[in-house]
Amino acid sequence: MLGKLTIDAIPWDQPIPLIAGCVVFAVAIALVLWVILKGHLPYLWREWITSVDHKRIGVMYVLLGMVMLVRGFIDAIMMRSQQAIAFDAPGYLPPEHYDQVFSAHGTIMIFFAAMPLMIGLMNFAVPLQLGVRDVAFPTLNSTSFWLTATGALLVNLSLVIGEFARTGWLPYPPLSELRYSPGVGVDYYLWALQISGVGTLLTGINFVTTILKIRAPGMGYLRMPMFCWTSLAANLLIVAAFPVLTATLAMLLLDRYLGFHFFTNTAGGNMMMFINLIWVWGHPEVYILVLPAFGIYSEVISTFSSKPLFGYRSMVMATMAICLISFLVWLHHFFTMGAGGNVNGVFGIATSIIAVATGVKVYNWLFTMYGGRIRFTTPMMWSMGFLITFVIGGMTGVLLAVPPADFLLHNSLFLVAHFHNVIIGGVLFAGFAGITYWFPKAFGFRLHEGWGQAAFWLSFLGFYVVFVPLYAMGLLGMTRRLQHYEVAAWHPWALVAAGGIVIMALAALCQAMQFVVSIRRRDELKDELGDPWNGRSLEWSTASPPPVFNFAVLPNVRGEEPYWQIKRRAIETQQLSPEPRYEAIEMPRNSPTGFITAFFCTITGFALIWHIWWLMGVGIAAAYAVFVWFAWRDVEEYRIPAEEVARLDRERRGAREKWLAEHAPESAPA
Amino acid sequence: MSATEALRQGRPGEVDPYKLGRGRAPVPGHGGGGRDYATGHGEGGPASKRVIVGYGFWIFLLSDIVMFSAFFAAHAVLQTATAGGPTGRELFNPTHVAIETAALLASSFTCGLSAVATEARSQAWTQFFLLVTGLLGLVFLSLEAREFADMVARGAGPQRSAFLSSFFAVVGLHGCHVTAGELWLGTMMAQVFVKGFRPNIMRRLVCFNLFWHALDIIWVALFTIVYLIGEGR
Amino acid sequence: MPLAACSGGVLEPQGPVGDADRLIMFNALEIMLVIVVPTVAAALVFAWWFRAANTRARYRPDWAYSGRLELIIWGIPLLVIMFIGGVIWIGSHQLDPYKALASRHKPLEVQVVSLDWKWLFIYPDERIASVNELVVPTGIPVHFSLTSASVMNSFFVPQLGSMIATMNGMVTQLYLEAGHPGDFYGESAQFSGDGFSDMHFTLRAVAADRFQQWIAEARQAGPDLDRAGYIALSEESQKVRPFTYRSVEPGLFQAVVTRELPPEPGPPGSIASPSVRPRGAK
Repeated sequence: MLGKLTIDAIPWDQPIPLIAGCVVFAVAIALVLWVILKGHLPYLWREWITSVDHKRIGVMYVLLGMVMLVRGFIDAIMMRSQQAIAFDAPGYLPPEHYDQVFSAHGTIMIFFAAMPLMIGLMNFAVPLQLGVRDVAFPTLNSTSFWLTATGALLVNLSLVIGEFARTGWLPYPPLSELRYSPGVGVDYYLWALQISGVGTLLTGINFVTTILKIRAPGMGYLRMPMFCWTSLAANLLIVAAFPVLTATLAMLLLDRYLGFHFFTNTAGGNMMMFINLIWVWGHPEVYILVLPAFGIYSEVISTFSSKPLFGYRSMVMATMAICLISFLVWLHHFFTMGAGGNVNGVFGIATSIIAVATGVKVYNWLFTMYGGRIRFTTPMMWSMGFLITFVIGGMTGVLLAVPPADFLLHNSLFLVAHFHNVIIGGVLFAGFAGITYWFPKAFGFRLHEGWGQAAFWLSFLGFYVVFVPLYAMGLLGMTRRLQHYEVAAWHPWALVAAGGIVIMALAALCQAMQFVVSIRRRDELKDELGDPWNGRSLEWSTASPPPVFNFAVLPNVRGEEPYWQIKRRAIETQQLSPEPRYEAIEMPRNSPTGFITAFFCTITGFALIWHIWWLMGVGIAAAYAVFVWFAWRDVEEYRIPAEEVARLDRERRGAREKWLAEHAPESAPA
Repeated sequence: MSATEALRQGRPGEVDPYKLGRGRAPVPGHGGGGRDYATGHGEGGPASKRVIVGYGFWIFLLSDIVMFSAFFAAHAVLQTATAGGPTGRELFNPTHVAIETAALLASSFTCGLSAVATEARSQAWTQFFLLVTGLLGLVFLSLEAREFADMVARGAGPQRSAFLSSFFAVVGLHGCHVTAGELWLGTMMAQVFVKGFRPNIMRRLVCFNLFWHALDIIWVALFTIVYLIGEGR
Repeated sequence: MPLAACSGGVLEPQGPVGDADRLIMFNALEIMLVIVVPTVAAALVFAWWFRAANTRARYRPDWAYSGRLELIIWGIPLLVIMFIGGVIWIGSHQLDPYKALASRHKPLEVQVVSLDWKWLFIYPDERIASVNELVVPTGIPVHFSLTSASVMNSFFVPQLGSMIATMNGMVTQLYLEAGHPGDFYGESAQFSGDGFSDMHFTLRAVAADRFQQWIAEARQAGPDLDRAGYIALSEESQKVRPFTYRSVEPGLFQAVVTRELPPEPGPPGSIASPSVRPRGAK
C-alpha cells in the first residue's frame, strides 16, 4: 500500500536529523497557525500564493532562496566543524550522515538558493526595466515558482523521511546506480530536480519570450539595460541546457527504476557518458547563475558611480560570447578522466577564451567607475567585494584550466575553494547587492545601511578566512569530501576555516538584523519618491512599490538609459511631462493553478520516491486535471478602470513634482 | 533643436514633447500592420498575444528538441553496446516501421487539414480531422506498443543491454510525447466543441498543430538514426 | 596513525612528473598574476580616487566609450590567453598521463584496482600483490594500468604528480617516477562512498635493492591472490591494514577489466542486476 515507506524511514536513532526535523516542523506549524489565527490566510492566498504578478513571484523566489541559503549554510557549518574535529578522530557525523550533508549542501545551494535568488531578481526587475506590465506567461511564471518550491520541499523532506543522496551534488554512476546506492536518497535528489527543472525551463521560455517580444515602444535591443541583456543570455542558456539535465537524470531514473543500462557497470552501460552529459548541462548552469549576477553589477556600479555603463556594446558582445562559448568547455570538469592531450588541450584553450570575455566585463566595470562620483552604499560595497574576490577566483579557474595543473588539483579543496570563490564572490554577493538595491522598489522603504555594511564586511572577511585555508589544504594534497583524515598538516587549516565559518555566521546574523531593524524603522527609511538611488533605468520611474500594472502608460523609449534622459529634462525644464491620457488596463487574473499543480507534483514525486504507484497515478491524474480546469476558465483578465489608473499615477506624479520643487534646477542629482 | 527648446518655443501640436504617451507615432519599418500593433522587433512596443504565444511555444519546442538530442547522443554512444545480445539488424522490422511512419505522417496531414478547417471556422470539419488525427496517432502508438511487447517477449527488452536501453528510451520518449499529444488533442476537441473558435482557443490550436508537426519531424530524425542507420550494424 | 611525515603536498614534488606539473602551475599563476594584480589594484585605486567626497577627481558623467580603451581591454586579455593557450597545448601533450617517461630504465609495471574501500596493487612481472601499500624503486619510471572493481575512483599521490581516474571495465594509464626515497601519501580523489575517507595508501619509494628485498619477503608469507581470494577481497571493507599476497594468478587484472570477475556487488541487500548475464559468463 505504501510502497517502500515504513515507520523506519524516520531517523529515530539519529539525534541530529531527528531534532532538526522536529524543530523545523514545530516552527512550520507555529507559522501556519499564526497565519490562520491572525486571519492572514485570505490575504496570503489572494495576494501572494495565487499571484501571477512578476513582482510578487520575484519576492517569493528571493524568499525561498534566502531560506534555503540558511539551510545550505547550516550544512556548511556542519561540514567545517566536522573537518575541524575529525583529525585522527571520527568526528560527530558518521560517514553515512556526512555524505548526505555535503550532497545536500551542494544541491540546495545551487538549485534552491542561488538559482531562486537570481531568478527572483530577474522576475522582479526585468519587466520593470523593459517598461512593460508583466512577463509573457504570468500563470506559467507562478507555476515555475511553485514547482521550484516543490523541489526544495522534497529535498528537505528527505532529512526526516528516508535519506538524501550520498553521492555528492552530481551523482556520478556507478555510485548512484541502484547497486551501489540502493536507498531512496538518490531518488529524492532525482525527482526533486526533475520537478524543479521543469519549473526552471518554463522560466527560461518565459523570459526569452518576454525580453525578445515584449518591450516598451522604442526600446530596441541596444537600448535595453544591461541586466536585461544578461538575463536574456542566462535564459537562453536555461532553454538550451536544462533539457540536457532532464534527459540525463531521466536516463539515471530509468536505470534505477526499470533496470535500464545507460550507466551501469554491466551490459554495456557507459559511466563516462553520464559525466559528459551532466557537465554539458553543468557548465552552462554556472553561467546561468553568474550572468544575471554580472547584470546586477552593471546596474549597481553605473548607478552608484553616477555614470552610464562603460562600453555598453562591448558588454553585450562579451555577454553573448560567454553565452555561446559556455557550451564548448564542459570537459574541463574531468580532465583527469584520461581523454588525451588533444582533447584536453582543446577544451583547456576554450576555457581560457571564455575568461577573456569575463575579463572584458571586469574592465568595463572599472572604467564605469573611472570618472564617476562613487557612493559607497551597501550594494556598491558588495560590488567592490565582487570585483576583488571574483577576479581572484577567476584566476584560480584559469589555473585549473591548464590540464597538467588540474592533474594535481582536481577534486581537491583547491577546486572547492575556486568554485566557492566565484560563486560566493560572483553570485551570492550579487544576490545581496540586488536585494538591497531593489528592496525599496519592492517594499517602499530602504534597508538599514549600517547593518548592511556590517553584513558585507563580515561576509567579505569571513569568506577569506574560510577559503584561503581551503586553497592551502588543496595544495597540501587534501581531496574533497573527506569525513575524517590523518594528515597532521591539514588540521590547523581546518581549524582556521572553522573559525571563518563563525565569522560568516555573524555576517548572516547581521543580514537578519538588517531586515528586522529595517522593517521596524520602515517609516524612517521610507522611499517617497520611488527613486532612492538616483537610478538610470525605467523601474525607478515608478512608485515604490509599483502598482500592479507597473506603468500607467507604457513609456516611449528614445535612447539608452531612458529614465535618465527623462529625469534630466524634467530637472532642466523644472516640470514633469504632461499628464497622459489614462485608459483602463487589463491585467491577468490571479490563479491557484501553479500552487495546486505543484502540490500534486509534490505528491507524485513523493510517491515515485517511495514506490507508491497508486499515489503516483493519483498525483499525475490530478495535476493533469488542474491543467484542464485552468484551461477551461472563460475570463482570463480583469479590468482596472481608467479612474483608478489615474488616481494611482497622479499620486506618483505628485511625489515627483514635490521632489522637483524641493530641488533647485542647477543641482546635479545627488 | 532639442525638445527642451521646442517646449520653450511653444511649438504648436507638441503637447507631449517627450512622447510619454502611447507612442502612437508610426515607427518606420517595424510597426506591423492591421490589428498587430507591432511584431516586437524592438521599436514597436509589445507584440500581440498571438505572436507572443506562438513564439513562446516555438522556444519550448526547441528545448524539447534539445532534450531529444541528448537521447540521440546517448544512442550514438550506445548503439554498439549490445552486451552479446541482439542487435538492431536482428530486431528491426522495416515493414512495421514503414507502416508506423505512414500513420504518423498521415496524421500530420490530417492535422493540417484540421487547421484549414479551423481557419474556415468549421466546427464539424475541425472535429472530424482532429478525430482522424487522433485515431492515426493511436494506430502509431499501438504499433509501437506491439513492437515493444514483441521485443520484450523475445528477451530483447531494455534490461538486456545498453543499446536496447537506449532504443527503448528514445523511441519511448517520442511515444510518451505522442501520448501526451493525444491527451491534449482530446482536450482541444472538447474545448473547441464547448467554447467555439475564441481567440485563446485558436492560439491553443496553433500550438497544438506546431506540437504535432514537431513530433513528426522528430520521428523522421528518429527512424533515420535509430532504425535506418541501426539496420546497418 | 598521524601521517605527519608524508604530508607534503603538490608544492613539494618528489618526482619528475610532479616537478613538471608544479612548474606549469607556477607558470600559469605568474602569467595570471600579471593581469590580476594590476586589475585588483586598479579597482581599489579607482574606487578610492573617484569617491564622491573627493572633489579633486574629475567627474565625467557622459564618458561611456573609448575605442582605444576597448582595443586594450579586448587585446591584452586575448594576448595573455593566447600565451596561456600555448602553455595548455604543450603541457597537455607533454604531461599526458599516458605518455611514457624518458628514462634509460625499463618501466616497472604495476596494475591497480580500486575496490570498496581499498587499493589493490598487482605486480604482474614479480607475481605478487599488495593492498594499501605501494612499494616502488626510486629513479625508475612506474607504468600504472588502472581499473576499478566497482565505482569510479581516482588514483592520486600528491607528491609524485598527476592523478588519473579508475573505472570499471576500462583501463586507464599513468606514468610516475619517485625521485627520492620516502613515504608518500596516496589517496583516492573521486568520492566513492561511505568508506572513502579510509581509502588512502602509502607509496613507499625505496632504493632498487631494497625493493628487490621487499619482493622477496612478500613471496615468503601471506595469502595467494587467486580468483577466490579476489572475490573475498571484493567484499565491502574499510580501514584495511596493508598486507601483501605472496602470489597472484596470472591474468587476474585482465579478468577484472573484462568483467570475467564481476564488479563488486555493493552493499548487502542491494539489488545486483538480475536480468543480464555478465559478458563472457557461461
